[in-house]
Amino acid sequence: MLPAIGQFNLILALVLSLLLTVVPMVGYAKNKANLMHLGRPLAYVLFALVLSSFLILITLFVQQDFTVTYVWQHSSLALPLRYRITATWGAHEGSILMWITIQALWVALVAKFSGALKPDQLARVLSILGLITAGFIAFILFTSNPFERTFPAPLDGRDLNPLLQDFGMIVHPPLLYFGYVGLSVAFALSVAALIGGNIDEHWIRWSRKWTNMAWAFLTMGIILGSWWAYYELGWGGWWFWDPVENASFLPWLAGTALIHVQAVSERKNAFRGWTVLLAITAFSLSVLGTFLVRSGSITSVHSFAADPTRGLFILGLLAIFAGGALTLFALRADKLKSTESVAFDSKETLLLANSLIFIVATFTVLLGTLFPMIFEAMGEKISVGAPYFGLMFFLIMIPMAMLLPVGGQIRWHKGALGSSCLALWPYLTVAILLTALTWWLVGGINVRGTVCVLGAFWVFSATTGQFFQQKKHASFVGMSVAHWGVAFFLFGMAMVEHTDTEKDVLMRPGQVIELGGKTFEFKGVEWVSKENYRAQQGQVVVSEGGTVIATLKPQKRHYPKQQNPMTEASIHPGLTKDIYVSLGEQVNDAGAWAVRIYIKPFIRWMWFGGILMLTGAVIGLFSARIKRLEQRQRDQMMQESLGLS
Amino acid sequence: MTPTRKKRLMLIVMVFLGVALATAIFLTAFKENIMFFKSPTEINAGDFPKQRNFRIGGMVKDQSLQRANDSLQVSFVVTDHAHDVTVTYQGILPDLFREGQGVVAIGQMNNDGVFHAEEVLAKHDENYMPPEAAAAVEAAKKYKEGSN
Repeated sequence: MLPAIGQFNLILALVLSLLLTVVPMVGYAKNKANLMHLGRPLAYVLFALVLSSFLILITLFVQQDFTVTYVWQHSSLALPLRYRITATWGAHEGSILMWITIQALWVALVAKFSGALKPDQLARVLSILGLITAGFIAFILFTSNPFERTFPAPLDGRDLNPLLQDFGMIVHPPLLYFGYVGLSVAFALSVAALIGGNIDEHWIRWSRKWTNMAWAFLTMGIILGSWWAYYELGWGGWWFWDPVENASFLPWLAGTALIHVQAVSERKNAFRGWTVLLAITAFSLSVLGTFLVRSGSITSVHSFAADPTRGLFILGLLAIFAGGALTLFALRADKLKSTESVAFDSKETLLLANSLIFIVATFTVLLGTLFPMIFEAMGEKISVGAPYFGLMFFLIMIPMAMLLPVGGQIRWHKGALGSSCLALWPYLTVAILLTALTWWLVGGINVRGTVCVLGAFWVFSATTGQFFQQKKHASFVGMSVAHWGVAFFLFGMAMVEHTDTEKDVLMRPGQVIELGGKTFEFKGVEWVSKENYRAQQGQVVVSEGGTVIATLKPQKRHYPKQQNPMTEASIHPGLTKDIYVSLGEQVNDAGAWAVRIYIKPFIRWMWFGGILMLTGAVIGLFSARIKRLEQRQRDQMMQESLGLS
Repeated sequence: MTPTRKKRLMLIVMVFLGVALATAIFLTAFKENIMFFKSPTEINAGDFPKQRNFRIGGMVKDQSLQRANDSLQVSFVVTDHAHDVTVTYQGILPDLFREGQGVVAIGQMNNDGVFHAEEVLAKHDENYMPPEAAAAVEAAKKYKEGSN
């Protein structure tokens, strides 16, 4: 019964989302206020329906309803309750349902919190969001129905992939989807503006908040993904330049460019077309990412069951969304022409430079990700190695780090580049001294690492200096916090990439090895029984100068339904370094094991940097200036409507 | 020239130089880091890049895994059911490495006809075959059928 209701609600939701697409738009075209006002209630009901479907799927997992194909494929009787709940979004069908649920939530939130928009603007925005939602609901109904049944029901399920039985699974996908989907608001606004043929600062101010939120979620999702990969995959890496990681990184890069350009276009009538184009790009890239992940057209460590029809369907959606928006842009871009000129010596120019740098980075990553597909079409199989991305990214981020403090220093509208650069001298001196100090303390870092460290200190000292010289208001504080985040990230990354120690060794029980001034004693491996698996648990005692600092217990987990074991690393986290130990395999009958011992300096600073960045984006939401301007806009709208009636 | 024009010209020149530099770097980075994928059949026919890394994919042949007793040295045979290539590797194999299952390795071919892997790739999911390995086996099947 429940699966049928879930499915039925989805079909109803499809109908409603199509209504949401058509009705407010017709209302706008015919200038009928009552039709335009229907958008809001439609959005609420749509969300309620989709949410009920999603909750039903969770219930089916909790109840272990193995008549539902998706449930028995990804759950089992032995699976603990918390993982049964998260298994809901553990594979393709359920994760798309979650995607739609979050999409519908964003639509409902837009409908609720849009007092600063005129009714006809809101009508168009909701209509575009309705179209996007309809596309994805059609996708799930036609290609990936999570409510499909199997009769007779199997006695037990196939179990959830052990890698997904983890805390990371609870939080990483939802946050990432909040980010992906959140970018659709800025996209919808852009398309709505293009349809209307005008975009004013109220629109951009309104969409800026949503973009900041989406970007913050996306950042959090990416950080969690990186952290999860680090502790769960047992390889000690934090970023693999895997196509699926790139799929989440691409919209992030474009989104970063977007929020910087919005800072300009919200203040003055400049870069409006560029803002619109970036918003279209950012969301299109998140749909493209979905295509890459779900179509199986690219070799990746993230393996969703590949299905060509799904790929084609998403490609179709991408063609409609991105193609439609870009066509509209080509037709209407001249109406968005900027009326105010921008002086070369100004913050505006530097923000523009920032967006250009990030877009170049976006396309570099995009090319590296798509090239294997292009080559494959020509009959040659290739892959693009991580060194390509590493090098390109390093080179592109040099001008970013170099210019960031200049952008913080120079004034809006009409500044002076020369004197701003002069004012930065003290910060550069501090940065050079700190870099030299780091060099001396760590004992030699290669060129690339040194450049990164210098960049980190340069950004840090300048941001700090500027912070104490200016009047503090929310958007300035937010910006400073985010830029400190950049510094922390750069520093952490430089240290972990260029000064880490890795060793794969064969260890007999009782054997002691030395690494990085510490001794590691291998005590052997024993079997332990846990909740729903058994594990071979090793014991490694880490000491420094005769005192024990940690006893690490890495595991090789064996799940009853899986042939292969799973490596669970054991990590001793620290402010300045992580000690990371994981088990390879048993090499001989004498109890000798292959053991991985890594020392990862400052790795946590990187993630902390990311958290600072998103905190900055959230602080920026509380800008008093924007609140004041929005209030003024609301008052004005109120007056107009009173004057009319 | 007026100062504004001068600035504008400078801007254009800078953008042009930037784009040229970026393209040059891009092409170099790309050329050095592009990695070809070869199946055992192709390698057997001598069709593989010499003195540089490439990827090999196929199935791990049953009972071909050999381990040294006192180091992390391993060797195994990758097959596409038409031809075999011996692979050696120094390090820890991924969890999902199994005889009779798909594998992808990155490394170089030596003069002795042995593939020296620097990396053996892991996959997240055991119900999943690396597409490259699947393609290699598929291609070999066709090749065999064609020659029969």
